[in-house]
Amino acid sequence: MSVQNVTIKMKSKKLYWKGIEQLNSESTIVEGLENNEFVEKLPVNSKQENDGASRRDFLKYVGFSSAAAALAGCEGPVIKSVPYVVQPEQIIPGVANYYATTIADGNDFSSILVKTREGRPIKIESNRDASSFGDANARVHASVLSLYDANRIQGPKISGEYTDWDTMINLVKVSLQNFKDQKKKVVLLTQTYPSPTTNNIINELLDEYPNVSHVIYDTISDSTVLDAFENIYGIRAMADYDFSKAENIISIDADFLSDWQGGGYSAGYTKTRVPDKSNNKTMSYHLQFESNMTLTGSNADDRVPAKPSQLKKIISRIHSRITGSVDLNGSLTPEIDKYIDLSIERILSSPNKSVVVSGVDDVEVQELILQINRSINSEAIDINNPRLIRKGNNFELSEFISELNSGKISGVITSGVNPLYSLPNSESVKQSFQNLEFSLVFSEKEDETAKSAMYVAASNNYLESWGDYEFKKGNFLLAQPTIRPLFDTIQFQDFFLKLLGSNENFYERIKSNWQNNILKGKTWGKSLQDGFYNDFTSFNLRPRKLSSSISSTSEDSSEEFSLVLYSKTGIGDGSQSSNPWLQEFPDPITRVSWDNYLTMSASDANKLGLKNYNVSNGALNGSYANISDGKNQLKVPVLIQPGQTNGTVGLAFGYGKTEGMKDVMKVGVNAYTFYNNFSKTQTISISKVKGDHEFACIQLHNTMMGRDEIIKETDIDTYNSKEKSYWNPTVMVSKNHIETKVTSKEVDIWREFDRSTGHHFNLSIDLNACNGCGACVIACHAENNVPVVGKEEVRKSRDMHWLRIDRYFSSEDTFEGDVKAKEGTSGFREYRATQTKLETAAENPKVVFQPVMCQHCNHAPCETVCPVAATSHGRQGQNQMAYNRCVGTRYCANNCPYKVRRFNWFAYAENDEFDYNMNNDLGRMVLNPDVNVRGRGVMEKCSLCIQMTQKTILDAKKDGRRVVDGEFQTACSNACSDGAIVFGDINDKDSKISELNQKDRAYRLLESIGTKPNVLYQVKVTNSKKV
Amino acid sequence: MVLKHFNIMIKNLIAPLRMLLIKRIFLTVLLFPFLSISQEADIQAGKSLFNANCAACHQLNRKAVGPALSGVTEKYDKEWLYRWIRNGSQMIKDGDPQAVAIWEEYNRAVMTNYPQFSDEQIDNILAYTSFTPPPPTNTSAINTESSSQGSSISLNIILAVTILIFTILIVMLFLVQRTLIKIANASGLKIETDTKRNITPLWQTIVKNQFLIFILVIGFLLSSAYFTYGYLMQVGIDQGYAPIQPIHYSHKIHAGANQIECKYCHSSARVSKHSGIPSLNVCMNCHEYIAEYNGEEDLENGYTRDFYTNEIKKLYSAVGWDEQNQVYTGNTKPVKWVRIHNLPDFVYFNHAQHAQVAKIECQTCHGPVEEMEIMYQYSPLTMGWCIDCHRESNVDKNNEYYQRIHEELSKKYGVEKLTVAQLGGIECAKCHY
Repeated sequence: MSVQNVTIKMKSKKLYWKGIEQLNSESTIVEGLENNEFVEKLPVNSKQENDGASRRDFLKYVGFSSAAAALAGCEGPVIKSVPYVVQPEQIIPGVANYYATTIADGNDFSSILVKTREGRPIKIESNRDASSFGDANARVHASVLSLYDANRIQGPKISGEYTDWDTMINLVKVSLQNFKDQKKKVVLLTQTYPSPTTNNIINELLDEYPNVSHVIYDTISDSTVLDAFENIYGIRAMADYDFSKAENIISIDADFLSDWQGGGYSAGYTKTRVPDKSNNKTMSYHLQFESNMTLTGSNADDRVPAKPSQLKKIISRIHSRITGSVDLNGSLTPEIDKYIDLSIERILSSPNKSVVVSGVDDVEVQELILQINRSINSEAIDINNPRLIRKGNNFELSEFISELNSGKISGVITSGVNPLYSLPNSESVKQSFQNLEFSLVFSEKEDETAKSAMYVAASNNYLESWGDYEFKKGNFLLAQPTIRPLFDTIQFQDFFLKLLGSNENFYERIKSNWQNNILKGKTWGKSLQDGFYNDFTSFNLRPRKLSSSISSTSEDSSEEFSLVLYSKTGIGDGSQSSNPWLQEFPDPITRVSWDNYLTMSASDANKLGLKNYNVSNGALNGSYANISDGKNQLKVPVLIQPGQTNGTVGLAFGYGKTEGMKDVMKVGVNAYTFYNNFSKTQTISISKVKGDHEFACIQLHNTMMGRDEIIKETDIDTYNSKEKSYWNPTVMVSKNHIETKVTSKEVDIWREFDRSTGHHFNLSIDLNACNGCGACVIACHAENNVPVVGKEEVRKSRDMHWLRIDRYFSSEDTFEGDVKAKEGTSGFREYRATQTKLETAAENPKVVFQPVMCQHCNHAPCETVCPVAATSHGRQGQNQMAYNRCVGTRYCANNCPYKVRRFNWFAYAENDEFDYNMNNDLGRMVLNPDVNVRGRGVMEKCSLCIQMTQKTILDAKKDGRRVVDGEFQTACSNACSDGAIVFGDINDKDSKISELNQKDRAYRLLESIGTKPNVLYQVKVTNSKKV
Repeated sequence: MVLKHFNIMIKNLIAPLRMLLIKRIFLTVLLFPFLSISQEADIQAGKSLFNANCAACHQLNRKAVGPALSGVTEKYDKEWLYRWIRNGSQMIKDGDPQAVAIWEEYNRAVMTNYPQFSDEQIDNILAYTSFTPPPPTNTSAINTESSSQGSSISLNIILAVTILIFTILIVMLFLVQRTLIKIANASGLKIETDTKRNITPLWQTIVKNQFLIFILVIGFLLSSAYFTYGYLMQVGIDQGYAPIQPIHYSHKIHAGANQIECKYCHSSARVSKHSGIPSLNVCMNCHEYIAEYNGEEDLENGYTRDFYTNEIKKLYSAVGWDEQNQVYTGNTKPVKWVRIHNLPDFVYFNHAQHAQVAKIECQTCHGPVEEMEIMYQYSPLTMGWCIDCHRESNVDKNNEYYQRIHEELSKKYGVEKLTVAQLGGIECAKCHY
């Protein structure tokens, strides 16, 4: 209606004008307003309309779909159960089977027990009966997940196309025969196989095809050590050490608690590291000279930072002082000199109870080490049963590379190695490799080498393979398959046997070889069940040549940095870098996951203008730097590492892979680029480049700031001479202005539940025995179906590890110094200054590792705040978490003083946003069927492995007997080869945990808040001889 | 409905007639052969001898460990059979061609010798083997039908008669009313059909009464809350769930009629958290010899002998058993059973704890399985149901594991017997982890 019409129609009525526009009868605006509320269409909905659905529509859809989902949820799904047609007699659904087998992937060596459920391997445990070699470390524990890697090759491939084995074997046979006839050279490049039967087969192959030569390639070389041993003792092996026999351990850059010379030394080391006043047991002294801050260095009583050039001099000096020869090498710093004096003093005080070890990559150095230990008659070194796990030869390898590049080689067969990734000059090698007439690669994944190969022979995982090993002279081990090959794969020994036309398979070969040549008095069946056979009828090795000194040591120029390459506890040499558990595993020292980085001292970083800083949500960022050795360049993030020697930087191997793995795993840079001449120390120059790197660091605060309630530390003299009340006092609180013990009843606001009947579980963690290796973290992952959340989420502090190993640096020289500095302050200003100072770690700090899981407080703060009683307490001491009851308020996590509760921010299982292992059928095969997979919006935490204690109890009930001490285990206590974590029932008065509970060193975390945890810690005692 | 009912009525009327007829047939069919053969040999005696001595390896109409025996008298000479049954192994040794042929055919399995049998006994057995029993379906069918329907006949008749009477009464009432109205009209009486009085209708009275509305609304809300709660509480509870299985397996026949121990098949209930669906090789422990069903039938539901025998054939095809040649072909088709008892993933339940340690009868939770033709979920399997039992059940103090804790705790709580709950059996994480 126009205004005019209105006036005509309603003449009698008064007319009100809404605006001047209404006077204009022609106005379209007025007309528009008559019909619509607004003149123009509101922009609010336009976007949604274009998209096809408005906000209201969205709400309708949500409403409808949730109603439909709710209705659909009322009908239970039809679940099919398919029993076996013929059930294997050893498999009972719901009951786990254990098989003894062996891992020897070139980087990790261990006799293990594999837990299988319904035929699926789900967990790795150490085979403690075969204790003559090291126990399973974090990588070995995680290796079960590598079996279910979605990126495995599913069958043999020729030029990228799947084929069948017969075709491939025939083609390979024809090729090899041709090369044999034409006398063309073929090289078999393998990892070290310390396997008697495998070596027999390789020898047969070499006999059949004389044109084939065998080159052994250890990805991270120990060639210098082997050369030194060979020079002196005549066989290519490495000395074995037993640190439990050493009172003085002088280590010059030997990271023997992680991967030094094959690793596995930590259990022996720990035996002498736990003092006990009541048994008159003292502890060994461990002095470490090193460049990077290593796991071993962080556990040392005294740690002296030294540059690689100085390390050589130190050994030379120690050698000359002990043997009385002349030291021709130059001067060292006064600080280092003092510690050399100390170590000589210590060694001479009990020479045969001392041992000197070194990780310096130099033949002469390694010869001197052997000689030092010989001249002090060290009991800790074993020459007669040496380690056979490394055989690689740098010289042969270099020769192979130059021949390959010059085209003298026609064909290459590789097994267990990935040279196109791990060789320093892999780009040029790749060219030559692709130009080969023939290349056959045995690989589990389509890695860099397999991508460039003509024939890719899909290999079995070690859990699908047979094998036999001799790790040490006389220490024989067997490997057996724990599952049928998941794909159409074969192990290379069987491939070669078929190639050679043998009618036996590898299993039959091993069996006959063992029965005829190895076993004496033990049956094959028993050996297979045990997984090992020891025959230490050692031979007596005589030294044949003794070198006297190091010929030359170079001086560093001040402009350049020494790059010290190392292998990380999680990733190692990189063979398992597509394992999400290991990628998410935080490095024990830096606490950074999903990355490698250049570790640098604070003062060097300052000089170069490189920074580390925390962003607003706490996550850590760091500057990028360019490193160059003249030929190669890399852009790497820099992480400031307390304890890193000035003038040196560290970079970890194993990262920067680009093939055969999911995209999310392709993290870090390839440090092998700088592994020139297979030497771990290189000279590089560093310059700052623009940009910041985002780290996934899960510990944002690195120091204790003098809070002695979390880490209690004392030194051995105080421990021995003073009462407990001096070095481990019970915390006092004030009640009515009277100091009262926090453990006394008067200050307790809770009603105590009597737990003296039945089981009462406690967990003891010995800070002296824990060296931070992290095997427990991975074991917990495997046992409890802990999800992997990825780098972005870890950065947001949303990691899901139920068990974390906190690492603290001291701000002063010791943690006790921190406490004193804090207590010595007076006045606000001084207090603030001290606090600020205590926030930063010292240049060469003391380090302590503290595993923290749910403390299972008897008076748990989390339980009182849960609005739905989803977390409650059991009579056996566990703080229980009922996931199905949890509504996700997260009050409990906020009220937990130990910050051990983990929230499922997302559905991590069956969610492709988290492309790790729980989103595919293959990866889910590793899940423990006895433990729930938690859903979104649910809180979770350590349960003290209640599924394991319940099983132990049920086993006892079925047998009608009591539980024996040692039967109760958690995943972490079971994984700890060092005895740092002990679990048990304190109501069993004869149990080990009861004894530990009564020890003077026992204390509880944050005792003053009165939570009465069921987890106890043992005070860390150091044996520092600070000079 | 009506039609079906009518059918039954007619059937019921005819049934007595049929009975008479069939009894005559039954007598002639069943008794005639007895009369005719009993002069030569006693078939009944032969049958019991057969069952006691031969049935382990022989069937009448099909191969088992040994050959099918039906018609054996036609294949072999009687004298030869006497010798064979008494000392067959000697005949094989002596190289009797027929004996050796059988021996070769049946995997060189030697038949047990029965030297103790008299000629008469062997005759009886042979008579039984050559006796063709009358088609058994008729007799048993009639028997079960008549016995099972006896009670329902009278009920149905009473029902029908009552309905008939009521219908007649209603019709009569209408007729009477019509007649009366006619009479009234004829006599000029005016019947007031519309009672238009000035009274407010009932519904308006109710609407105006606010208190009543209030009460009604409250009542409505309460009752709807009650039913909603009831509905929601049964969500996810599948009590009575009895899915159709790929093979009709009757617990009634196995656990009931044949009294097979539950844990013979569900053996992992002793050691594992799963009771386990038996693998097919367990079925074949018996069914290698039991190829056909000879037990009772349930014709009302269609469970005839043929039906059951056919289900056994399904087992054979799944396990890959070649019945003709008595060999496994290796061609297996695993059976996809429909799982009946489904606990949510967040519940941990262990059969060994209950069946082995606590020695609870399977029937306590699974109901009268031995009476179930089709297996169904007997218990609600709700948490409340679990907890109730844990509150009431006592632990076995004779188990050495429990001894000390039982002694100490019972003293503390001042009770003779401890319940599972008192030992911590209703803590969350005992079942949820």
